Amino acid sequence: MSNSFLTASIPALAKLLRDKKISAKELCELYFNRIKKHKELNAYISIFEKESLLQASLLDREGFSEKDPLMKGIPVSLKDLFMLSGTRTTCASKILENYIAPYDATITKRLKEKKAIIVGKNNMDEFAMGSSNEYSYFGPVKNPWDTTRVSGGSSGGSATAVSAGLSQISFGTDTGGSVRLPASYTGILALKPTYGRMSRYGVIAFASSLDQPGPMARNVHDLAIAYDAVAGFDKNDATTSSKKTENVYEYLLQENKKDLVKKTIGIPSSFIKEGVDKDVIKVFEESLALIKKIGFKTVDIELPHTKYALDVYYVISPGEASANLSRYDGIRFGHRNKGFKDLESLYRGSRGEGFGEEVKRRIMLGTFVLSAGYYDAYFAKAAKVRTLIKTDFENAYKKCDAILMPVSPFTAFKLGEKMASPLSMYLSDIFTISVNLAAVPSLAFPAGFSSQNLPIGMQLIGKHFDEKTLFGITRLIEMEKQDCFNRVSVE
Amino acid sequence: MSSYDVVIGLEIHAQLSTKSKMFCRCSTLYGKKPNTNICPVCTGQAGALPVLNGKAVEYALKTALAFNCKINNTSVFSRKNYFYPDLPKGYQISQFDEPLSEHGYTEITLKDGTTKKIGITRIHIEEDAGKNIHDNENSYVDLNRAGIPLVEIVSEPDMTSPEEAVLYFKKLKTIIEYIETSDCNMEEGNLRCDANISLKPSGEKKLGTKVEIKNLNSFRFLEKALSYEIERQTKALSSKEKIIQETRLFDSDKGVTRSMRKKEESNDYRYFPEPDLRPLLLNESFINKVKETLPELPDTKIKRFIDVYKLSYYESDLFCSDKMLASYYESTVKAVGDAKLTSSWIQTVVLKALNDNKISVKDLKLGAQALSELLLLIKDGSINQNTGKDVFDEMLKTGKPAKIIVDEKGLSQIHDEGLIEKIVEEVILEATTQVEQYRAGKIAVMGFLVGMVMKKSGGKAKPAVVNELLKKKLG
Repeated sequence: MSNSFLTASIPALAKLLRDKKISAKELCELYFNRIKKHKELNAYISIFEKESLLQASLLDREGFSEKDPLMKGIPVSLKDLFMLSGTRTTCASKILENYIAPYDATITKRLKEKKAIIVGKNNMDEFAMGSSNEYSYFGPVKNPWDTTRVSGGSSGGSATAVSAGLSQISFGTDTGGSVRLPASYTGILALKPTYGRMSRYGVIAFASSLDQPGPMARNVHDLAIAYDAVAGFDKNDATTSSKKTENVYEYLLQENKKDLVKKTIGIPSSFIKEGVDKDVIKVFEESLALIKKIGFKTVDIELPHTKYALDVYYVISPGEASANLSRYDGIRFGHRNKGFKDLESLYRGSRGEGFGEEVKRRIMLGTFVLSAGYYDAYFAKAAKVRTLIKTDFENAYKKCDAILMPVSPFTAFKLGEKMASPLSMYLSDIFTISVNLAAVPSLAFPAGFSSQNLPIGMQLIGKHFDEKTLFGITRLIEMEKQDCFNRVSVE
Repeated sequence: MSSYDVVIGLEIHAQLSTKSKMFCRCSTLYGKKPNTNICPVCTGQAGALPVLNGKAVEYALKTALAFNCKINNTSVFSRKNYFYPDLPKGYQISQFDEPLSEHGYTEITLKDGTTKKIGITRIHIEEDAGKNIHDNENSYVDLNRAGIPLVEIVSEPDMTSPEEAVLYFKKLKTIIEYIETSDCNMEEGNLRCDANISLKPSGEKKLGTKVEIKNLNSFRFLEKALSYEIERQTKALSSKEKIIQETRLFDSDKGVTRSMRKKEESNDYRYFPEPDLRPLLLNESFINKVKETLPELPDTKIKRFIDVYKLSYYESDLFCSDKMLASYYESTVKAVGDAKLTSSWIQTVVLKALNDNKISVKDLKLGAQALSELLLLIKDGSINQNTGKDVFDEMLKTGKPAKIIVDEKGLSQIHDEGLIEKIVEEVILEATTQVEQYRAGKIAVMGFLVGMVMKKSGGKAKPAVVNELLKKKLG
């Protein structure tokens, strides 16, 4: 089976399946062979080979037609925090090591309805807390471009799987950069949708007011199709928007997009200067030049409060997480301490053994910022500054339609390099976090390489519910810079 | 012992009578096998999210309006964090600094007939927890109750005695029964009461240290627990002991309260806005729509019954304390057209039947229509009061209409005065002793003579006619 199938986009695969140039089963086998070949990347926690091949055979028997959803028969992987009924969902934590999902997440359900094949569950940072995917009970995920380096986190398994061609697309979640950062480190695309655009139902929560599931792919069309397949209102998630979703893939296929080139791109120059690798700066400037060449106007913008984003994030997200993670108590499901004597020791034992170091750190931090006497100084204040950050973006969007920024100030770092210092690890997310706080969408795309041949990603940040524009601009960039897109990082 | 002023406030939880739970679609039916009314949401499974039940909001709003609360157009759900096995998520979704409603009141009527306003601090929405069950070896958790919607009704510390507290609790129950937002079944835990009580030297402005007593789930327990607590605190204060701020439990077997936890041991609930739910927005038109569904409330009904049916306050209050009874009375009166007769019959015969059978009006087989048919027979003189009572019993037993029973048993009163006169004459001849006594001025024996006539007539003679005839003959 040739790797040329790996560089085929979903619409191309759908045509190959219709024309019987390849069967769904063969496509599935191709992926499972690769998953097994690249086991050392540690991108998966669970794989469903038997079930997937059976499903693929059934789809083959049914046949493929123009009327079928594009996702039909496409091998998809999910970060191991999406509920997939009847299978183990661990969130990369010991506390959920043997937790069998009792229901389907809305996103899972929608993928099943579109007859996608869910081949496995991806490794991740435990409870999505981390920027390097080293905080997993199942071990770190390796970067396929350089296996001595991190994949980025927290959706590192998803990013590595897509980058290394171990699944066609994947779904991760982004609370402070968790799809965009690993996408940037592994040379793929990822979308953090507007908050409320994608259902969080059945997605294990980290910080509820910031979490958004997001697709990850090797090319713009795949990303758009993945987005179209699952985005939109969900009656099971009260925070989803009832705003109608527009089919983005169909939009991308439209010939005439005159309005798109009239868009203005904002550049927060003053924000990008300090502490940013020169390779990242170089690629950022190249992207800027490319955008101008395509015909976009650019304008300098200020985001004066984004310098507080990291601080605000590390108050709000652990605060919410400390409550979200209370349900893992050893009472109804999950890890339970064996020798407990009373209720207190059951709680202490189960949670003490079940959670990893970074998760405990954030639970303690979160418990502190919500405590009586500290709430106003920390949580309430952070909520106020969050409003200021939102306002920054609103003001910026008076002058522009989208904002261009690097995803990370540096490229994928060495495994273990930042483990000793949580604070330096937290700095990875300096450019991504404000997007979650402002609840706006952001699309990360591969924009170039460092002198060490490591991928560097940029992000286009958009207006609320204007994912379409981000897709449109990125598609134009993709057509100009094809060498960065649709790369499979390993043989 | 010096004297102290008692200050009492109540926090009452009422389960709203919605069909499904507050944040999921599980049934709220009581008495199901443990852990059968459950789903991923109410068992706190990973990834599950709450979706607000609109009916619960409507019922909570209706309750708040019935207690004259000011409704907040924007209210916010908050997480109340604590660990307990019956709390699946490790937090309860409640409302904290921005509740549904505030600043309400209701009125209670004291023994001397005066009314007293009891302030309502706030009424907010929250979800119920499950239940822990223990046997000798193990503990179990039943989550059927977890997620059932509740309103918490917090009163101002406006009550000054256990009696007032009970009056308030009863009033609250009556109002909620009127508006039908909760079943108010105290045995099933629909209505649960916690009391805060403190004592201060008479006349002192500053409040004393308060003690909270949990789970006072009957009027009697509330009364007993508060009385015990007043006694305990009075003793303590009189011997210069400090009252400790704490939570106590009432032991209903021994009639005492016991310390459960001190203030320092109590939880820091770390409230913060629930990010999984948007703020609850209620516009005026919705509030008005719900307001229009409010029925006539007890106070208004009591006043109206006094006005329209000329009842005493006692009678009106008795009937109106139960919405069903009030409507039973009113329907009967409308058909019979005699407020006094209906009132006395319901007070004596009907309430006695309810008591004897330990049932409430809604379970009474004999409806207002049936009762009014019976009372009409009494009113038009077809039967007398005593026969009426027998017919009533027969109606309860057989479910047959009054008229049919009267006809079948030939109970109609004798209208033929000649026939009655004959019986009267017989009695005068037989009861010579009593007749002599009467003639000698002992008028009281008249009752005996009437009774004899009635007996001979099989109860069918009209007592008034008998009386008149006897007087005439003995004249």
